[in-house]
Amino acid sequence: MTVSHGIVFKVNGTEQTVEVEPETPLLWVLREQLGLTGTKFGCGMALCGSCTVHLDGQAIRSCVVPIREVAGRAVRTIEGLTGPRGGPHPLQKAWVAENVPQCGYCQSGQIMSAAAMLAERPLPSDEDIDAVMSANVCRCGTYQRIRKAIHRAAGEMAASRGGDS
Amino acid sequence: MTRRPSRTGASRRDFLRSSVGTSGALVIGLYLPGCARHSIRRREMAEHAERTGEFVPNAWIKITRDNQIIFTLDRVEMGQGTMTSHTMMVAEELEVDPGSIRVELARAERRYDHDQFFMQVTGGSTSVVEAWQPLRKAAAAAREMLRKAASAAWNVKMSECEAQNGAILHKPSGRRAAYGELTEIAALLEVPSPQLKKPDQWKVLGTPLGRLDAPAKSDGTARFGIDVVVAGMVNAVVIRCPVIGGKPRAIRADAARAQPGVSGVFPIRNGVAVVADTYWRARSAAAKVEVDWDEGALSGFDTESFRKELAHRAEEFGKNVRDHGNVDRALASAATKLEVVYEVPYLAHATMEPMNCTAHVSDRGCEVWAPSQAPGLARELIAHMTDIPFDDIVVHNTLIGGGFGRRLAQDYVAEAVDISQRIKKPVKVVWSREDDMQNDFYRPQTYNVLKGGVDAEGNPIAWSHRLVAQSIFGQIGKDWLSAMMPDWMPRVAKLMMGRSGARMFKTSVLTDGTSVEGAVEIPYAIENLNVEYVEHEPGVPVGFWRSVGHSENAFVVESFIDELAHAAGRDPFEFRRALLKKSPRNLGVLELAAEKAGWGKRLPPGVFRGIAQHESFASFCAQVAEISVKDGALQVHRVVCAVDCGQVVNPDIVEAQMEGAIVFGLSAALKQQITFAGGRVQQSNFHDYAMLRMFEMPRIEVHIVASDESPTGVGEPGLPPIAPAVANAIFAATGHRIRRLPIESELANVGKIR
Repeated sequence: MTVSHGIVFKVNGTEQTVEVEPETPLLWVLREQLGLTGTKFGCGMALCGSCTVHLDGQAIRSCVVPIREVAGRAVRTIEGLTGPRGGPHPLQKAWVAENVPQCGYCQSGQIMSAAAMLAERPLPSDEDIDAVMSANVCRCGTYQRIRKAIHRAAGEMAASRGGDS
Repeated sequence: MTRRPSRTGASRRDFLRSSVGTSGALVIGLYLPGCARHSIRRREMAEHAERTGEFVPNAWIKITRDNQIIFTLDRVEMGQGTMTSHTMMVAEELEVDPGSIRVELARAERRYDHDQFFMQVTGGSTSVVEAWQPLRKAAAAAREMLRKAASAAWNVKMSECEAQNGAILHKPSGRRAAYGELTEIAALLEVPSPQLKKPDQWKVLGTPLGRLDAPAKSDGTARFGIDVVVAGMVNAVVIRCPVIGGKPRAIRADAARAQPGVSGVFPIRNGVAVVADTYWRARSAAAKVEVDWDEGALSGFDTESFRKELAHRAEEFGKNVRDHGNVDRALASAATKLEVVYEVPYLAHATMEPMNCTAHVSDRGCEVWAPSQAPGLARELIAHMTDIPFDDIVVHNTLIGGGFGRRLAQDYVAEAVDISQRIKKPVKVVWSREDDMQNDFYRPQTYNVLKGGVDAEGNPIAWSHRLVAQSIFGQIGKDWLSAMMPDWMPRVAKLMMGRSGARMFKTSVLTDGTSVEGAVEIPYAIENLNVEYVEHEPGVPVGFWRSVGHSENAFVVESFIDELAHAAGRDPFEFRRALLKKSPRNLGVLELAAEKAGWGKRLPPGVFRGIAQHESFASFCAQVAEISVKDGALQVHRVVCAVDCGQVVNPDIVEAQMEGAIVFGLSAALKQQITFAGGRVQQSNFHDYAMLRMFEMPRIEVHIVASDESPTGVGEPGLPPIAPAVANAIFAATGHRIRRLPIESELANVGKIR
């Protein structure tokens, strides 16, 4: 196993260079090298979604993506998630408004999955939510509130887009 | 706006002495209220205020000179909402906005010991129950002292000084002093024992206040145990024997030691530690270590043969844990008789945050950061295993990514301390998901023989339940703690077991309440009733799993009463109702759930209902599940839940706990089992120990019974009714009675049903 010299990628808009084994999962680079602990370790096998971040805008499970595949690309984590005009993302506000979190451990991943979905499907149906959000496990059972919060955020984003025109 | 009293403590004290007529004698007073360990010596309170300007009237509340109100939460926040509910109790009596209170998590300190468990523990759905009186009284006392301080400072009647939104207001003169301005005077006063506000005076309690931890848990800033970083820290993983309890015999680790960043590979009590600069390097290197194991006592343990063992033990008489009437005679005279077997499997907790702990053993003592439900037990454990003086051991509590009872055991703390002691550095030990699932303290597997009879009029006249199960408390006494530390102090074992446990062991009766709870206290009026318990101990580690014995026993009891209803040709709701006339709170939730679910009304084609009710942790809960079964595939569409948990601190948190417990219970009822083959746990991660996911989520509606009773638990009582409610609905849909969990394997076993 060799240490790769300087893998360069962007995290939350800032260029980062890390010196790690190229097989190191992105999750552990974020958590250990960059101190971005909002992204969580849950299963290590892309089964629970706790580690979800965006890679070039797509939701990925960072526990199974080796850092070598991230070179030259852009990662966004929960710490860098913002709304269309900066500030908290409407999903984050909706999460608070609907009192979604219990233990909260899975919620960064839930929000990142939902944010990627809303970027593609601004007004998701319940079926869309089932299809995308079923990849994220919540042991506290907050699914009903997650669904409500996604609809709330989508509605608010739609209303605010309407206000722009 | 406000006249500030003099800034120096000395002059304030002089002022107070003259104005309220106290003398130097006041500083030697000692206040001993009902709960003495939460109080503070009056002299200490005064001296602390003089030194720091802070008013600290008890173990929970601190008000600083610059008007910060700090509440030390001594029960952990693991999702159940203590941070919000307990802060609400303080805010109500202290007359402050809950959002203005800064919440700090308590370290392990004996003054935070639990009233029933004699140790600083969060569990048993007791956090609100236990805090309800003392915490509100502590906040009320602080408020009264601040009022008295203001009245003294202004030389006005105390009755004219009103506490309002973090300040004392003197209405006649319009004078106002923020609490921070009164700290040093208030700290000189005697701690009173004031009246609590009446429910009709509440402004905060009873409201659906948003969770105080929601923002930090939505933007990634919430810090859990796994996120702890300590200067100079290294990371370790532990390679564990594939058979629980096994120990390393020989290690070949040269390849691992040559890996980048690796600083040590060595055996510890329960496995082999691999230490590196980062987690991932330690984890990668661990894959290169070869270990020969002594597999220990569970080698060869097998679920199928264990089932046979349990069935064999069920042929014996057990200990009578409840017995009235004459069951044999009643059964002989019954018009319809049933004899059936119910089985439930071992279950893992599978908290989203895997077990982890950060420990630093040094010459100066031991400091630990642990997502633990029992920081007090962690501290006792460390004192014993290291010989470090108790006072030099600091256990910090962190936010917890799910507890559900798993984190009452302190095995992961012992392990981190062990490794740190060996390498003399701070170390974080993080378990893999596989470690977590295969090294749990499991919900016991049980085997139950049920016999029942109904007479010609359709009344149940006999009920007999023989339950074969492991005893959690039995293991705590014998194995649980000794697994962490061989020569466990009897004191700690006794403390951990609490009153009932201690009594149990003293009298050697050894009927573990957690094994039979929910089976013994059947509320149904059945004249001849017998419950027997056969303890059977195979050595598999067992522990407290959300709702503990109720989780399995409610499934058995509420399914079998349903069987009797059908045997009697009666409606399952009406059948229960008729038997609950003397149990008004059980009846109340049963009727409310039935009413809200529209029991008896027409459902869409293919959809069927089941009902169940159960009391646990002094709360009452009933649920109606609506399901359909198509080609052997079950879908749960809707769950209507009614709960009576006495007075409600925060109805939204009660609802959330019901929702969460229903999902937790559904995951178990539908999907989960831990099985063994050759001593090895066969499940390893979320693909073979599955959780309910979004697409399977039923619509859940929660209805709370209005009540004047004292608050009772909400973390667990929502769980027990869901498995039987669903199983009873499956019977309504298919005529097939589910007598073994999990349901999905059972449906697959019986093949296509209708």
